[in-house]
Amino acid sequence: MRGESTRRGFLGLAGGAAGAVLLGSCAKGGETKRPRKGGTVRAVFPGAGAKETLDPHAQRQFVDIARHKAVFDKLVELNGTLHPVPRLATRWETNAEATVWRFELRDAAFHDGHRLDADDVLYSLARILDPDAADHKAKSSLSIIDLRRSRAISGGRGVELVLKRPNAELPSLLAMTGTAVVRRGYRDPSRPVGTGPFQFRSFTAGRTFIARRFDDHWAGPPHVDELRILSAETEARGNAVQAGEVEYAHEMSPTFARVVRGNSKVRIVATPGSGAEGFALKTDRPPFDDPDAAMAMKLLADREKLVNTVLGGKGELGNDIFGRGFEYYPENVPQRGRDVEEARRLLRKSGALNKEITFYTATIADTFVDSAHMFAEQAAEAGLRIKVTTGPPESYFTDMLKTGTIGSHRSGAMPIPTYLSERFLSDSPQNATAWHRPDFDEQFVKAQSETDEKKRTELYRDVQLHLRDTGGLVLWGHPDWLNAVSTKLHGVKPAPPNTLEWARFDTVWLG
Amino acid sequence: MARHALRRVSLAVVQLAALAILIFLLTALLPGDAAEVAFNEQASLEQVAQLRTQLGLDRPLADRFADWAGALLSGDLGTSLIGGEPVGGIVARSLATTALLACVTAVLLVPLSLVLGLVMGLREGGRLDRALSAVMLALNSVPDFVLALVAVAVFALRLGWFPSTWLDAGAADLLTRPGLLVLPVAVLLARTVCLLARQFRAGTIAALHADYVVQARRLGVPRGRLVLRHVLPNAAVPGVQELARTGDQLLGGVLIVEAVFAIPGSATALVDAVQGRDVPVVQALTLLLAAVALAFNVAADLVSHRLAPRTEVLR
Repeated sequence: MRGESTRRGFLGLAGGAAGAVLLGSCAKGGETKRPRKGGTVRAVFPGAGAKETLDPHAQRQFVDIARHKAVFDKLVELNGTLHPVPRLATRWETNAEATVWRFELRDAAFHDGHRLDADDVLYSLARILDPDAADHKAKSSLSIIDLRRSRAISGGRGVELVLKRPNAELPSLLAMTGTAVVRRGYRDPSRPVGTGPFQFRSFTAGRTFIARRFDDHWAGPPHVDELRILSAETEARGNAVQAGEVEYAHEMSPTFARVVRGNSKVRIVATPGSGAEGFALKTDRPPFDDPDAAMAMKLLADREKLVNTVLGGKGELGNDIFGRGFEYYPENVPQRGRDVEEARRLLRKSGALNKEITFYTATIADTFVDSAHMFAEQAAEAGLRIKVTTGPPESYFTDMLKTGTIGSHRSGAMPIPTYLSERFLSDSPQNATAWHRPDFDEQFVKAQSETDEKKRTELYRDVQLHLRDTGGLVLWGHPDWLNAVSTKLHGVKPAPPNTLEWARFDTVWLG
Repeated sequence: MARHALRRVSLAVVQLAALAILIFLLTALLPGDAAEVAFNEQASLEQVAQLRTQLGLDRPLADRFADWAGALLSGDLGTSLIGGEPVGGIVARSLATTALLACVTAVLLVPLSLVLGLVMGLREGGRLDRALSAVMLALNSVPDFVLALVAVAVFALRLGWFPSTWLDAGAADLLTRPGLLVLPVAVLLARTVCLLARQFRAGTIAALHADYVVQARRLGVPRGRLVLRHVLPNAAVPGVQELARTGDQLLGGVLIVEAVFAIPGSATALVDAVQGRDVPVVQALTLLLAAVALAFNVAADLVSHRLAPRTEVLR
């Protein structure tokens, strides 16, 4: 069991030194007052129409995750540095090989009065791993759990999970999206019964979700009586929060942040470096099967210009490593700069100069198309011709696994080991850089099974530097995460998406 | 008249059948399918393949068409590929809101443009006519989305008179919050009123200069009766034909208005369905919207035929 990491102190101390960038005039007003009870909080997220679901194991969209978070709890959550912290599991321990894990369960009540026990946890895991459920999000990452050998312990107050192969990151995997603990026997997704801070009332996909305060929540009842989580497009979210029709608007643009600067009704809660923007170079085909050609791309990217233009200055420079500020991020790695001369030399050496390369992107986000075109211009300075083509946005992330030599890449916040294992192992489901290196796989597995935290951190450092220097990822920026909040709403903390404090409405109150 | 109506309606049925085939083929041409789209950024090729088999998307096109057309003829619109809800329910729910918007707009549209057109036509070249014409020309050249955004910025955000969105509200809330309708309907009306009123104005002017009106005036028919009995029915003809075209334009306007104001109508449902590649919903909504547009055109043809039988629409 590890201690709480406090490397990034801004989660606990909004308005503190480094992390919390709070724009708007009334940013700090009222945050220290005692929370007031009552009222309805309306939060609006980007919608996904009929795709929105109440099934907490099938979730894909932020709006779903926020709704499920209100109704359900997980065994473990992630804090601001993506380090696992206790929720329904109060503590955990593992054997020396990281193959058997024991979790102690909290005394928590479901909304129907049933008390949480090991059977609920085992039922939830079995439901997630259901072979017939194609859409269960955590299925592949939790498939290392051997359910037949896992069992209840301490008279149902604990659970022992046996793994098929060693993994020291199991708590993080149990904190990922799609891992909520449901009541045993849960079958009808339209009637969710959880242990979460809000009790489900109603739901219309693509529109609304209403939940009421749950007074018996194990962490104490929420401050507000009612929570409404709504779906809307960018324009409507911006208008609604400005007009006072909602109190919280998720995922706003740098442009919107500029518009409401000085607005007395709305403030922006920004979480720095909450994700990653980059280019994926396909390393299984020329020219990027030669690491020199890939390195040339990393040296050609003008990161400063990309961050200032494409992200509107709301972000930090990337250093071709995912997860700045997160647990296991290698310290003291010099920032990679631009070196056109060296890039030209490497390109000439690998024979890639004066050949045309296809950059396959889509209009999923403005950042994708903008950064692709800007990079094409930057690469042209070294005599490299990049042709930007755009595909249909809806199926881009499936298409790009097969198409193009360079692709657009982005990622939200997640633990570094999860990011690496889903994208850079030979059998990774989203291997966008087509990175198939048995020696890398081996290196990663060794790090993942190391139970000594210090040694593990060292091993992960080597894994990440290996990828940074020879792999196909050009990670040029870490965008800030921008949410707009009514100045009437208090207690909203900056937090990377999918972490404990993100989209958390049981600790907010109306002033 | 009856023969004319029968011919016109049977032609519409043939058109609708052709449209159904076209819609099916066009939706089959959409890049990507529901399985590919479902997983968003977390797609793995195996999961996509598994879901594709579950949804029956890997079956041959001809088989899928036969199933779809067969079900359609028996009135079954199929089930959604996302969530498995019957398409009929999704369509009915979304169309109800759009129909409400359209009805409120239509109820205001015709009298408003008729009165405006008549007033302008009767004062042809006068100060009022010139002023109204200038305003209409200006309004007509502003795209719907610009008008919608400006209306929100001014009347919702700055003045706070009306809600800026339908977030957290639906058609059922209109009785308690009628203010929800004001901005969307105003935007929908703005351009269509301009178009229609100018047609009515032209019709009025043409009718006023027609020989029979000149003759009626010479015979001393009172002005009120002259306008209502002799000018109005003929003045309305170009307007009624324009009204059918306005119907098509309204559909386009509704799309924008629903997006800006976050209204849960058929346009929103259609956009969601296209984005999710929920083909049965796309097909059903497109077909129904096409049927409505066809019905509008048939009705307009028949009404103008009745108003002025000499206009032979269908040769």
